[in-house]
Amino acid sequence: MNPRFGLKKALYSEKLAPYLFVSPFILAFLVFFLYPACSTAIMSFQEVQGLNSSNFIGLDNYKRLFDVHFYNALKTNTIYTILSLMLLIPVPILFAVLLNSKLTKGRTFFKSVIFIPALTSVIVAGVSFRLMFGESDTALINAVLGKLGIPPQNWMLNYGTGMMLMVILGTWRAAGINMVYYLAGLQSIPEELYESAEIDGASGWTKFSSITLPLLKPIVIYTLTIGIFEGYRMFGESYVFWNEGMPGDIGLTIVRYIYQQAFQRNDLGMGSAIGIVLLTIVLAINLIQLKLFGLFKKDGD
Amino acid sequence: MKRASLIVVTALFLLSAVLSGCSSGGTNSSGGGDSNAKKPVKLSLWTFQDLHKNYYEKTADLWNKSHPDEPIELTVDTYPNAEMHNKLLIALQSGVGAPDLADININYFQNFLKGDIQLVELNDIIEPEKDKFIQSRFDIYSKDGKYYGIDFHVGATVVYYNKELLDKAGVNPDAIKTWDDYIAAGKKVVAATGKPMTAFEVTNQRPFWPMIVQRGSDYLDKNGDVILDNETNIKTLQAMKDMIDKDKIAIPMPGGNTGAEEFFTFMNKGGAASLIMPMWYMSRFLAYMPDLKGKMVVRPMPVWEQGDVRSAGMGGTGTAVTKQSKNQEVAKQFLAYAKLTKESGIRIWQELQFDPIRWDVWDSPELQKPDPYFGNEKVFNVLLELKDEIKSPNMGELSSAAQDLVNSNVMFKALKDQSQTPEQALKSAADELRKQK
Repeated sequence: MNPRFGLKKALYSEKLAPYLFVSPFILAFLVFFLYPACSTAIMSFQEVQGLNSSNFIGLDNYKRLFDVHFYNALKTNTIYTILSLMLLIPVPILFAVLLNSKLTKGRTFFKSVIFIPALTSVIVAGVSFRLMFGESDTALINAVLGKLGIPPQNWMLNYGTGMMLMVILGTWRAAGINMVYYLAGLQSIPEELYESAEIDGASGWTKFSSITLPLLKPIVIYTLTIGIFEGYRMFGESYVFWNEGMPGDIGLTIVRYIYQQAFQRNDLGMGSAIGIVLLTIVLAINLIQLKLFGLFKKDGD
Repeated sequence: MKRASLIVVTALFLLSAVLSGCSSGGTNSSGGGDSNAKKPVKLSLWTFQDLHKNYYEKTADLWNKSHPDEPIELTVDTYPNAEMHNKLLIALQSGVGAPDLADININYFQNFLKGDIQLVELNDIIEPEKDKFIQSRFDIYSKDGKYYGIDFHVGATVVYYNKELLDKAGVNPDAIKTWDDYIAAGKKVVAATGKPMTAFEVTNQRPFWPMIVQRGSDYLDKNGDVILDNETNIKTLQAMKDMIDKDKIAIPMPGGNTGAEEFFTFMNKGGAASLIMPMWYMSRFLAYMPDLKGKMVVRPMPVWEQGDVRSAGMGGTGTAVTKQSKNQEVAKQFLAYAKLTKESGIRIWQELQFDPIRWDVWDSPELQKPDPYFGNEKVFNVLLELKDEIKSPNMGELSSAAQDLVNSNVMFKALKDQSQTPEQALKSAADELRKQK
């Protein structure tokens, strides 16, 4: 058969053409996602010794995994996720509502100002944060505190302040993106609802709590899901503050723990095992959360 | 219709080109330099230190002048410390993308000696001249009698005293022979100046590591088994803690370690009367602490008891040739030229202020020149006196993990936040290491 004729036939065939069109995605998925995921699962049962040499050690990696460092990392991730979600849902909604109001002046300007941090790299932003929060009394934040009569802080060497640094950096970067989601959500709420509420004499707060918030629910669920996921896979914020290693597991997150075991200590098997456990944890949390919000229910009402 | 199929074909072709792109690189070899002597051999080198980069680039110029028939074209890339080692490890494990030569920090070197070693054996360039070098500096980069890396410096640990502060307290550094003398002198310094005698790293491992090595102990024994929690180590760490809490002559280091900007400022302002660090730290004094010029003097480490040595070789950069290099022979020759010759030893001192591993240059006029920064003294006389007392630590598969644990947990928990006693901190780190075996 003439190959070109074959291709032409395939393109016009209702059965084949769709497969042809999705093939780039399928191919990329197989090569860049499924294959690495499978080899990670296999490597988590191995001791990897470098190029093409590894031996099976059964569950040893998993047995070693549940030590104090893992729990520290899990704790840090959980606290980080909760704190950042407590900021990343209300604050962007506030921004969005303010910037959506016709009374606000210079809306486009403020939208860009709030969104710009999302475009900077974690590393670049993080380096500036690290310098601002330096330990010496001449670093920006300590100098400001000094003016107020507060002694200089050791920001990166305390668990609490270290956590605060990561939350600030993470929130500063992500608030703009969430604000854009909420703005889009607000614009899809029909104006008539507000008008009829006004006719009924509803106050500004009643309009917000009875119209705006319920109609934003899908977006809140979306940002919550993404937020949980982002919180548990956080790496850059930790890396930029403690790039060579951290004392006493301050700022050690699970992905950071993978990095430490797999690359800094050249134990890829252990790193893979942590990765698999992280996947399980995040999957479980997201499933529970989606279930609680009733996403699996058929649209009954 | 024709156009549609053309687009699909092109798209598929592009996709496959993208997918295979990672494996098709690096085919433009320059031919090993044998066939055409005039064409320069291209060599690439990765390092994590800008100072090293300048040194190598200058060395390449000198090489081209002295080897006109075998020119090279060296490109040096500098990456941040941890990042460079991870990149190199991945390149070597995946079999593509590694440079011809690489500077590998001693903290990470053992990671590269696991399994199927991807570094080239360097015995043939090292062995002819071995007797002129500090042997232990080769041992730390070796496995089963084969050498894989060549260091810049001995890293002999010494004590840098701030003479101005010592004079105020009436302390003579030459009289300090044991750590007890040191503590007694420290108390005088604190009383007279209000400044601490020294500062200990809490996010890194000095002076704990040199202090236990000088007593004949270490993290791992000769066979690579964990001895991190032995009695000597616990005693030493306890003594360090006592210097902070009981004797009140030491403090946890501002900034956590000797590489932090905060520490440079602190030390530069005369924040502590002495610092226990390796010789290579001279370069940091010169570069980052200009106000101490003329005030510092270099002396051997005090000892704990009779029989201890007065120094320990700490830190280091093992430069290695990778098996992925297409010009291994030239790379090896260049490495020998850059780090093993007598001239290179002198340049390592002049340009990098490192104590070269080739000891037969230590009494050459260039190294014997009095140094105005260090009180116009001949610094290398201290080193010559110590030549046979410079021990290097034992290296084994667990070295990187051991150092990482001491850096990030033991020092911090025992000295800084004091959530564990020295004994607890060492025991829990040692247990964690043993589990990895």
